[in-house]
Amino acid sequence: MSNLAILPIILPLFAGIIVAITNKHTGITRLLTKFFSVVGLAFSIYLAWIVLNGETIVLETGSWMAPYGIVFVADSLAVLIVVTTNIVATACAFYAPHSLPESKEKHYFYAFFFFLISGVSGAFLTGDLFNLFVFFEVLLMASYALIVLGGGREQLRESLKYVLINLLSSVVFVTAVAFLYSVLGTVNMAQIAERIQDVEQQGILTTIGVLLFFVFATKAALFPLYYWMPRSYTVPNPVVSALFGALLTKVGVYSILRVFSLMFVYKIDYTHTLFIWIAALTLIFGIIGALSTNNVKLIIAYNVIPAVGFMMLGIGVLNQEAVSGSVFYLVHDMIIKAALFMIVGVIVYVAGTTDLRKMGGLIHHYPVLGWLLFISALVLAGVPPFSGFIGKLLILQGAVANDVIVVVLIGLLTSLLILYSVMKIFIHGFWGEKDATHVKKSTKGMIGPIAFLIAISIALGIGAEFIYPSVESIATYLLDPEIYIESVLKE
Amino acid sequence: MEIIISILAGVLFAVGIYNMLQKQLLRIAIGTGLVSHAAHLFILTMGELKRGAPPIIKEGITEYTDPLPQALILTSIVISFGVTSVVLVLAYRTITENDTDNMEQLRGNKYE
Repeated sequence: MSNLAILPIILPLFAGIIVAITNKHTGITRLLTKFFSVVGLAFSIYLAWIVLNGETIVLETGSWMAPYGIVFVADSLAVLIVVTTNIVATACAFYAPHSLPESKEKHYFYAFFFFLISGVSGAFLTGDLFNLFVFFEVLLMASYALIVLGGGREQLRESLKYVLINLLSSVVFVTAVAFLYSVLGTVNMAQIAERIQDVEQQGILTTIGVLLFFVFATKAALFPLYYWMPRSYTVPNPVVSALFGALLTKVGVYSILRVFSLMFVYKIDYTHTLFIWIAALTLIFGIIGALSTNNVKLIIAYNVIPAVGFMMLGIGVLNQEAVSGSVFYLVHDMIIKAALFMIVGVIVYVAGTTDLRKMGGLIHHYPVLGWLLFISALVLAGVPPFSGFIGKLLILQGAVANDVIVVVLIGLLTSLLILYSVMKIFIHGFWGEKDATHVKKSTKGMIGPIAFLIAISIALGIGAEFIYPSVESIATYLLDPEIYIESVLKE
Repeated sequence: MEIIISILAGVLFAVGIYNMLQKQLLRIAIGTGLVSHAAHLFILTMGELKRGAPPIIKEGITEYTDPLPQALILTSIVISFGVTSVVLVLAYRTITENDTDNMEQLRGNKYE
């Protein structure tokens, strides 16, 4: 029974090995990829159903008791995010064959795709800080291979920066874990939380906490550590951008949410106030970046940054409404960012350029694509009744309750500007005179996965009544570290 | 002993970061290697340096080594070995494709 917790990690790992073997036969590989991603989605929904209805599943590998062995903890937050990861992965698996040239598929795209999913799921499910580092490395290694796939001049240049910044933050991560080990003598998250509570988080522990925050902030692309992100997310193939935009920055956000709701919660005046102001600056600088460019890919890549800012605001405020808002927004943002990157991939493919000033009149040829972009812009900006609205509403409600009105105003203004920045793509790209010389290109197979993601996103917004109770119980669970500690250490 | 090794790790960190801040790509690659070395040395030091005691706890045994830092450092060394080779290959390819190893010229606004 408890072995179920490791399934979302093992299944993609095996799938990755199998598709690496069948790599030469592209047809079979595509079929296997679709098959395994759907099976993975089905299993993760089953796991989530068990966990959300019952209690946390804790897997102690090799039957070593919790503080001594390695543990995997499938709690309600982790399984919710794992399901979302698998939804995005499934959409990408169906989108990839139509978007990638066959030469790139033959360079083991599908194998690395599954290794990435395995690493991301592992990072969500692990209950051990050092293993979090290991899974970070697993997903980073896969992402190094994916980002450089194709090997163009610009791609190599940006990949190099991506690899170097991640390498540095990994080294800092190891150093922070070493510090924490020397102070507390453990790397098990539950035991770390327990011991920090015992010593009331003295100064040295807060320092280590901020060091860890630096690591996760680099991954999550927070101000002022976001500078590597927009360009390196625009150079790879659209499907790779979709995976990165949806999953990688969110792993950073998830880690911050986990570490700073479970372990370092006794000096909130310092750490969490810092988060609120970093969130405000992230919102401002992210949206300025999105407004400053006419490159459609860059607009979407910059839009990842303010979304992370909203989630950080929720984590910084740390009350019931704000945390449930952050969790809801995390799920919403993973889905809609994947959809947007995919839409932009199709736009660039049909228009043959990334420059907005050279586009126009696409709606005459591709009406469905145009309306999908329109809907996803509304979802992203948080127009009611779509899913972005509910997440933002909860986060901002929580922020108002904590009297950080300035940041709330910044958040509201940013929402408007997000809507404008995406609408700009719609107005300049889709409106305008019909271009008679335009040769209509086939978008067969690309629209389906996008529509699937947007349908889920709309369902999240309209069906919020049904989802909210479980999100609320996750927030209650996160705000009380005792529940996590007890379910892992069983005292 | 711990103090000396800690200082050594600090010096390695400083040298590594100095190298990472250079413009030449190969120096940056070497810098990343040095910084990871420093981190590994640091993990080992954090678990107390001891000699002549096996990592076994039994009744009546008071002298023992902590095995966990060694497990951690081993994992970390393997990972950083892999990453360093990726960095070297990537740096080589970048240099040949872009015809320069100067980070100033690899900033990304030349070809746009």
